[in-house]
Order: sequence, then C-alpha cells, then structure tokens
Amino acid sequence: MKKRRLIMRTIILFVLAAAVVYTLYANFTKDHRQKVAEGDPAPDFVLVDMQGNKHRLSDYRGQGVFLNFWGTWCPPCKKEMPYINNQYHQFKDKGVKVLSVDIQESELAVNQFAERLKLNFPIMIDQDKEVMTAYGVDLLPATFLIDKNGNVVKYHTGELTENKIREFMEKIKP
Amino acid sequence: MNDVKCECGHVNPHGTVLCEACGKVLDERDQSGKLLDMRYEGSARRSQTYNKTVIDKIWNFFSSVKVGVWLIVITLLASIIGTILPQEMYINLPPEVYYEQEHGWFGKLYYQLGFHDLYGSWWYLLLIAMIGISLVICSLDRVVPLYKALKAQRVTRHEGFLKRQRLFGINEAFDQGDQDLVKQHLIQKRYQIREENGDILAEKGRFSRWGPYVNHVGLIIFLFGGMLRFIPGYYVEENLWVREGETALVPETGEKYYIQNNQFILEHYDKEENKKFEKALERAGQVVQNYQSNVVLYERVSENLPGEKPELKKLKEYKVRVNHPLTFDGYSVYQSSFRSEMTAMSFSLANKESGQTFGDFTIDLKAPKSEYDLGNGYVVKILNFFPDFEFDKNGEPSTKSRVPNNPAFVFTMITPDKPKGETSFVAIRQTIEPFGDNVYKVAFKGIETQNVSGFIVRKDSSLWAIILGGIIFMIGVVQGAYWNHRRIWVQNKNGQIWIAAHTNKNWYGLKRELETILANTKLTMPEDQLQKEDDGDKEEA
Repeated sequence: MKKRRLIMRTIILFVLAAAVVYTLYANFTKDHRQKVAEGDPAPDFVLVDMQGNKHRLSDYRGQGVFLNFWGTWCPPCKKEMPYINNQYHQFKDKGVKVLSVDIQESELAVNQFAERLKLNFPIMIDQDKEVMTAYGVDLLPATFLIDKNGNVVKYHTGELTENKIREFMEKIKP
Repeated sequence: MNDVKCECGHVNPHGTVLCEACGKVLDERDQSGKLLDMRYEGSARRSQTYNKTVIDKIWNFFSSVKVGVWLIVITLLASIIGTILPQEMYINLPPEVYYEQEHGWFGKLYYQLGFHDLYGSWWYLLLIAMIGISLVICSLDRVVPLYKALKAQRVTRHEGFLKRQRLFGINEAFDQGDQDLVKQHLIQKRYQIREENGDILAEKGRFSRWGPYVNHVGLIIFLFGGMLRFIPGYYVEENLWVREGETALVPETGEKYYIQNNQFILEHYDKEENKKFEKALERAGQVVQNYQSNVVLYERVSENLPGEKPELKKLKEYKVRVNHPLTFDGYSVYQSSFRSEMTAMSFSLANKESGQTFGDFTIDLKAPKSEYDLGNGYVVKILNFFPDFEFDKNGEPSTKSRVPNNPAFVFTMITPDKPKGETSFVAIRQTIEPFGDNVYKVAFKGIETQNVSGFIVRKDSSLWAIILGGIIFMIGVVQGAYWNHRRIWVQNKNGQIWIAAHTNKNWYGLKRELETILANTKLTMPEDQLQKEDDGDKEEA
C-alpha cells in the first residue's frame, strides 16, 4: 500500500514537474529560437545573381559556403563587405564559395553598391524575402557557414572583422 | 502507521477521524461532545499523515490549502504590479529608454526588476505552475478519501455520530404507519433510501460533492491549454504587410499559403447618407466606417525551393474587414492596420532660369532605372539612390532602411550644352548642387502612393483546451453550487427513534424539507444544535 502510494505520488509529481520545466524552457527559448541552428542542414534555395547566373545551394555540395545576408542601407554590412571580398579572393580556389543575399532591394541600389565597393562575389536579391524567411534571419548582417556536407556550422549576426572572416572560411574549407 | 479498526469492524486508514462505515469518533482525544466537523467526512487526508520521504514532503507542501491560498494571493499581487506601468509590448520605444524617460527612477527600477515583461517572466510562470500543481494535489488528496468514505458509509451509524450532528432529535415512540409515511415522503423528495435492520439512511445530491473537483479539472485543462501555446506552431501571431497588387507569403504556414492584396479600401461615414448623425459627424470630423482589404488566398502547389517562383492555386477571394478575418486551415488573417507608401516620383528636367522643360520622367521607387532618356540629347542618370534618406553620423548622405519613406537621388543631368553632365542632389523639398551653380535642374513634379495593408495572422490551436476547460469549470461550479448533498438518518437506538440530518450547505432548506418529511407523523422535528449552542452562549454572556 505505502509503496504504491509513494510510486503514485512520484509519478504524478514527475509529470507535473516535466510540464512545468518544459513550459519554462519553451518560454525561455522562444525569443532565441533559431529557425536554422548550428548543426542543422542548411535549407536549399535558388537565386539568380546580378549577372543572371542561377545559384542553387545544393549544387555547391562538396564546397564550403559562406552565406551572407545584407542590405545596402545597413552600415555594418557596408563595412564588412570589402573584407569578405578580400577573403573571397583568397579562398575561391580553395573550395569556399561566397553567396551574398540582399534582402528585397532594387537592382539599381544593389548594383551601385557593388560597383562602388568593387565586389566580385555573386550577389543576389531575395525579392520576396523567401530565403530570409527560410533561414529565419532577423538582424542584418547575418552570416551562415555551411560545410561541404551542407550543414550549418555556424550562424553569426553582426559585423565581422577580416580576421574573423578568414577564420570562418578556414573552418569550412573542405 | 497502522490502519485503525473500528468497533463496528470497518478498517479505516490511519488518520481517520470518523469511522468511514459507522461514523464513530476514532480520535480518542476528541470526546468533547461538541458537534462533529464533517468536512471531508472526517476522512484521513493522507498528506497530513505520511511525512517520511522527500516526495511526501513536497506532496504535503502542495496539498495544503493554506499554501494554495498564499500562492494565489502572491500571484494576484504580482499581477497588480504588472499593471502599474505599461508592459513592454504596449510601448513603442526600446524598454531601456522608455521606462527611465517616462517614469524616472521608479521606471528605471521597474525595468531593472524585469517588471516590463512581468507576465512572461519565468517566476510569474512558475507561480502559475505552482498554483496548477497545488490544484492537482489538493484535489487528489481530498477527493480520493472523500469518495472512499462516502462509499464505505453504512446505514446504521454509531450513537456518537448521530448525537453530534447539527440536526438531531430523539423520539420515544414509533409505529409502522409513521415509518411508512416518512419513507413515502422521502421518496417524494427524491431521496435514495437504504435500509438495514429497520434503520434508514436517506441521501440525495451526493454528486454535488464532486463539484469543486470537477471545477478544478476544468481549471487544470485551462492551464494545460495555456501551456500548449508554448509549443512551437500551436500559437501564431504575426504581422504581415502586403502592398496593393503584391502577393506575399503568409508567415508560419510552412511556406504553403500566399495572400494577394488587390485593393485596400478606407471609407468614411458620409454626412449626406447619415442625416441622423449629421451633427455628430460634423463635430467628430472624419469618422472611419470601414477598413477593408480585398484579397485572394493562394496555396502553393509546386515543390519549389525558396527563391524560385512558386506555382500558386487560387483558393478563394475574400474581403477582409475589421472583425471579419479571412480564415483557412486554422489560420485567421485580420485587418489590423494600413499605411501609405510612395511608389513612384515624377520629375521634369528644366532650365533653372528660363523654366523651360525638356521632358518628364517617372521613377519607380521599387525598380529605379539607371538612366532616363528624355530625347533630343537630354538624359538624366541616377548616380545614387537613397530610399529612406538621412545624413549619417559623418554627414554623408545615406539610407536608414530599404523602405522608400523619404527618397533622395543624386542625378547627373546630361544636356546638349553640358555633355559632361551636371550633378544635383534631389530630396523631398530639397535640392543641393554639390559642384556649384547648375544651369539645369530636376524639378519635382509629384508622387504616386500606394496603400499597404497590415494584417495580423493568428492561429490558436490551444483554443479547444481553453474552451473545454472553461465549460468543465462552469459545470463544476453549477454542480457544486445549485445542488446540496443531504442525508437524513432515522434509526432505532435503545428502543427510541433517533433522527439526525446533515447537509453540506443550505441548512435552512434541509430543515424545511425535514418538516415536510415529518409532517403528519408523531415524530418531532430535530433540533438545530448549533443554534442551541449559540443561544446557550448568549445566555451565559
């Protein structure tokens, strides 16, 4: 009798505690929940760059992909772009691809921006914010590092230094 | 910790006050002769009996009604605190700025203590959760022994039990006719009668005892519904802005549904049409009659990747108005806001002195072209485009966002007499000529605007639990409030007829009922011993 009671009580308390812990955990993480977290497979997408070339993420399996979301109006994006460009040249023959996605801006704005900063890597415009939504990007700039198996190794928001970019590219070099 | 065997032969759990079967007082200390405490039928509330392991200690803590009441009081106080200043979601400045700026040191403290998001704070949730736990354990700890005690009760009761009921009386004589009549009256009053050796137990409305527990089950389901909202995808509330003519993905639908906004309509009340309210309308000015977006709902039918143009199938057309949301697949899309956005600006190229113009051009702000050829050798090139213009920290022209709230351009004007071009910076009501005096200017002609509808996309899959919980809650309230659990004992003791009665509430109603039951018999109405006690006290005083 007594033993059964103890077991019953333990089970009931355990169920209640589990519900409470889950709720608190869910509440705690709801603001930080990342749609595509580190370790997740990177959602595939197709975008056309400013030169008209089609880029499909899964076509770059076997290479590392440095995926950068940005806007011409965002000052830290502007700052890190030349660094990304430098490192793009360093790593382009070492199997690291740079894909840079502008969020919903006009071609004119993006072209002028690219010309002014002399950017050489492929730039594409996410006209309907679909890729941005798929990756759950909120703040710009946002950078995803995708390894040769198509998994997200790292997600970074905010401005990057040139050293950081080199380190990142080194990380996903196949 | 042994079970207690009563002299009637029934074995009671340890801690029982009144024998479940015959009602004899088991607690040796309580031989005072005062009225019995009939709460929970004198059953053993186990929590108060077993207190050995950690589990028991936790269990006993939550089993206490006192603890439950304190939890509710603390939660109420906390909820009050949350209403002193507006919560985070109702302010439109960053919280770290707002509270100090608007409410001084108190606001700063309020923010530092985390009261700006009080109802979403972990400790508030913990309080609610503890109330939930207290509810479950308090209920379990009482309903089980109560159920067992009521089930185990025998017809024949111990003398001490009957004597110490609030309504109690002794009659000397009894004849068969009276007994039949009493039984007949009891049946008329819908009592359930059990008989044993000529003793009678009449009982009705026992189910009303379960009212509070049914009510608690409802509350727990309600809380469970609240918990469901934390599961990703169960509760969605997202803003969605769609420009007229555009099709946008509905968020949180798994990239499945799209909405096309054909038109946004804003209507005001017309004084002519509403003669009755003419005065009021004159006083109030423009009064909005209708906010409406004419939309088309699409479903994606192609298996495409983000970035690829999806293939859409039209599902339905709908006029979304306030309180008339578009609903589909558990989602509701409400009309919640609108704004006007610039879509195009038109200019003409003119000679500053003579005012002579050399052609007009219109710039689509979403897709500006790099140059506009006006013919006859007049060309305007866009050197730079700032959709949301401002001067940045270094005094350089820049843009705050991608939205064309305040467009500005740097133009190069190429004309037959100035083939190298003249540069001009043009913003709304502002023209700057960075390289001195120009001969030509780009004159602002007008803007085109477009409405953007603001929707709220909502989905609440927890609603069924909340509604079910609410219904069960009310059933419990009704069950416990509108019915009483009444028992009447008519028993032979020492050749006398003892009558005792108990109800969980509404003693007046029970007395009235007893009067009709005992009517036309020689039996006397039992006395209300509580009133007698009170009267006695008064006389002593």
